[in-house]
Amino acid sequence: MSRRKEYMEGFRNGIPIALGYYFVSFTFGIVGSKNGLSWWETVLISMTNLTSAGQFAGVLIIAAQGSYLEMAISQFVINLRYSLMGISLSQNTDENFGTGSRAVLGFGITDEIFGVAANRKEPVSRIFFLGLMTLPYFGWTLGTLMGAVLGDIMNEALSDAMGLAIYGMFIAIVVPKAKEERHTLLIVLLAVAISCLFYFVPLFSSLSGGYAAVICAVAASLAGAFFFPVKAAEEQEAAA
Amino acid sequence: MKQVFIVYLLIMALVTYALRAVPFMAFRRKVRNRFFRSFLYYIPYTVLAAMTFPAVLFATKSLLPAALGTATALVLAYRGKGMVLVSLSACAVALAAGFLF
Repeated sequence: MSRRKEYMEGFRNGIPIALGYYFVSFTFGIVGSKNGLSWWETVLISMTNLTSAGQFAGVLIIAAQGSYLEMAISQFVINLRYSLMGISLSQNTDENFGTGSRAVLGFGITDEIFGVAANRKEPVSRIFFLGLMTLPYFGWTLGTLMGAVLGDIMNEALSDAMGLAIYGMFIAIVVPKAKEERHTLLIVLLAVAISCLFYFVPLFSSLSGGYAAVICAVAASLAGAFFFPVKAAEEQEAAA
Repeated sequence: MKQVFIVYLLIMALVTYALRAVPFMAFRRKVRNRFFRSFLYYIPYTVLAAMTFPAVLFATKSLLPAALGTATALVLAYRGKGMVLVSLSACAVALAAGFLF
């Protein structure tokens, strides 16, 4: 495939992510301005972080004038999942995806960009990945700007409902895979069950959401690797 | 001492970036161990599922709009609809339900 074609293929795959991001980051923009940040501060956070849960938590810490250590720990815990995704993605990159490109493009590892790249059958090239992250980055930035500027005049019921946008994207990635493979379905259900346990059992519910997600994912994936180890052929197919 | 925005920003950005880029750069070879490979295979789906449930049910003020929105997303995703349609339909149903109930 020519480089241009490969870039455009990634670019096209990024369109739905960018649209979803627009709505999610719109909500973030509102939250930022409601917590006393100026519009450019809120936009700057989005441009340098490109993550949802971590940014929402970060803004609340800034608003509460929390300590720098608290900020660092919260970001670490909430975003630790990206490390797992980075390792997972490193297994499906092509041979030209070198250290330098990883240092730059690694910035673009988000839940959804990773989700799409991990679902890809062919090895992920840096050109494809760059194309894939292009529009979502602009969608995330623009949505934040619009939310920060227009948020005040927006109806609360509407901004509430838009909070579902990000989960809808997650569901759109997971469900087709779970439908296709019974073992993935079972492991996903296990992850959900553990997650509910964390949420509803008082002893565990003090754990922050990001930390809980990492524990759930690791526990369920370990169970998956133990009970349903995937065959190499299946991986190729899935990676494809 | 008053905390400064720019320091907060740097901490957020650097911690998040390091978590993404360092493991991605460090793992250069294919993992041969089948157990670890299988573990990594399940990671995308388990992370996203654990982040979605049960949190999605509390995304709106009362349970019902969020629950209906979630159900909509599950059905559309099961039918193989695209990410945007699934996501925005969930929002639209939750919004409508919020007004109706």
